[in-house]
Amino acid sequence: MPERKIPAPRALPESLPYWQAADEGRLMLKQCGACGQPHHYPRDICPFCLSGDTSWVEAAGTGHVYSYSTMGQGEAAYTLAFVTLDEGVTLMTNLVDAEPQQFAIGQRVKVVFKASDGGHAVPMFTPL
Amino acid sequence: MTLNGAAFIVGAYEHPTRKADGLSVLRLHADVAKGALADAGLSKDDIDGYFCAGDAPGLGTATVAEYLGLKLRHIDSTECGGSAPILHVAHAAAAIAAGRCNVALITLAGRPRAMMAEAQARAAAASAAGGKPVRAPLALKPPDPDAPELAFELPYGPATQNLYAIVARRHMHEFGTTSEQLAWIKVAASHHAQHNPRAMLRDVVTVADVINSPMVSDPLHRLDCCVMSDGGGALIVARPEIARQLKRPLVMVRGTGEAPKHAMGGQIDLSYSAAAWSGPRAFAEAGVTPADIQYASLYDSFTITVLMQLEDLGFCPKGQGGRFVADGGLISGVGRLPFNTDGGGLCNNHPANRGGVTKVIEAVRQLRGEAHPAVQVKNCHLALASGIGGALASRHTAGTLILERL
Repeated sequence: MPERKIPAPRALPESLPYWQAADEGRLMLKQCGACGQPHHYPRDICPFCLSGDTSWVEAAGTGHVYSYSTMGQGEAAYTLAFVTLDEGVTLMTNLVDAEPQQFAIGQRVKVVFKASDGGHAVPMFTPL
Repeated sequence: MTLNGAAFIVGAYEHPTRKADGLSVLRLHADVAKGALADAGLSKDDIDGYFCAGDAPGLGTATVAEYLGLKLRHIDSTECGGSAPILHVAHAAAAIAAGRCNVALITLAGRPRAMMAEAQARAAAASAAGGKPVRAPLALKPPDPDAPELAFELPYGPATQNLYAIVARRHMHEFGTTSEQLAWIKVAASHHAQHNPRAMLRDVVTVADVINSPMVSDPLHRLDCCVMSDGGGALIVARPEIARQLKRPLVMVRGTGEAPKHAMGGQIDLSYSAAAWSGPRAFAEAGVTPADIQYASLYDSFTITVLMQLEDLGFCPKGQGGRFVADGGLISGVGRLPFNTDGGGLCNNHPANRGGVTKVIEAVRQLRGEAHPAVQVKNCHLALASGIGGALASRHTAGTLILERL
């Protein structure tokens, strides 16, 4: 299956470290020093308690499929998904490097990084 | 402050067109405004409040007010996608109760179908002139580069279709809902649309027709999706004393609720929509229960949208929506809850890719006894209109409106 051209993410200053880490093959989360909760997408200010005491932590890069949908036919098909990381945060992503028929809710997956169209690398997930 | 009884819907009008070649967006807004005024028996100078959402061009409220020559003392451009007009009715009732206006006009209109055809024609002309293929844009409006969440979404190809399909997949997993059950929602809409001469899809379809239509985004098929249409609609909301002076049947705002839902910092739960929050507020304000509702206009961008609202508004327990809609559960005269008797967005009209105004319009028709006789609910005096604007899986805003015929 040929790779879909991935639009480059427009990194705003708050999230730039996330994309720089992605370029190095690391998946980052923001975690709150006040309430302890990790969150995604990453902000300076915690969406659970509004504390400004947030810091970057590296995620293990493993999790399970929460839901997914394959759109398009044949070579144009791609699979949008929500993956719940082992840290308890669910994020939007693509399931890649396998045929769509192989995907299932609950399936264990791990992060892989794919080149975008002229921008930062983008984290996606593939079955373990 | 309760909005129960604060205002009445005195005018409602749906644009007859479904493809607006040669008509501007503002002309469509003006057409529906005139239509609703005529329906109410009011004139332009009676309007002192105006409401529109992101489908209005230019500066929105001021641009439309300028075209129509309105003199206003209250405006509201609450934008939340297709559910906006349902929220506008509630906001108009609140403004009237607060003494900010007496007669509020709400318009929605657009021409995505004609615009797409024009973009495709331009691309074809450019291809012919340049000797190489030029593709028409997939989206008519570019995404907002300052929305911080988009960097974490756009690389993955979110489209409207897969952001609803992914909810359907999760619902099937958690509750055993089937594609056949979702198909029944389209079947019911098509049974109603056959009586609407303006509906885009008038042929009655079967469950098999839906299941066998091409897969758009697994597990949603082409017939699980709404139509794409041009046109629009308008509503006029008035102070009770004014409504009682008019010659139209009295349709009172009895309950209202609204709520946004988003990704909640990554604590995502796709098993419910924001209607689970807006619905109870509307029922509490109205002092009625889902069992009291005789007719429901439910936002039907996709079949799954309807299923989620049925559960979240309390018409059936969570997870039981599939059983509720199966075997004609939503067909007027046959099922337990007649819905979208104009054919809805699934078959009739989804103007400007926004289904909120047509939901309210058909509820008003039902309460006035002006729906098509084949789908009119007998002695309909309590109806609900519900909207989900935005994307079910990422961020959306629900609006719930309960209306009573006095």
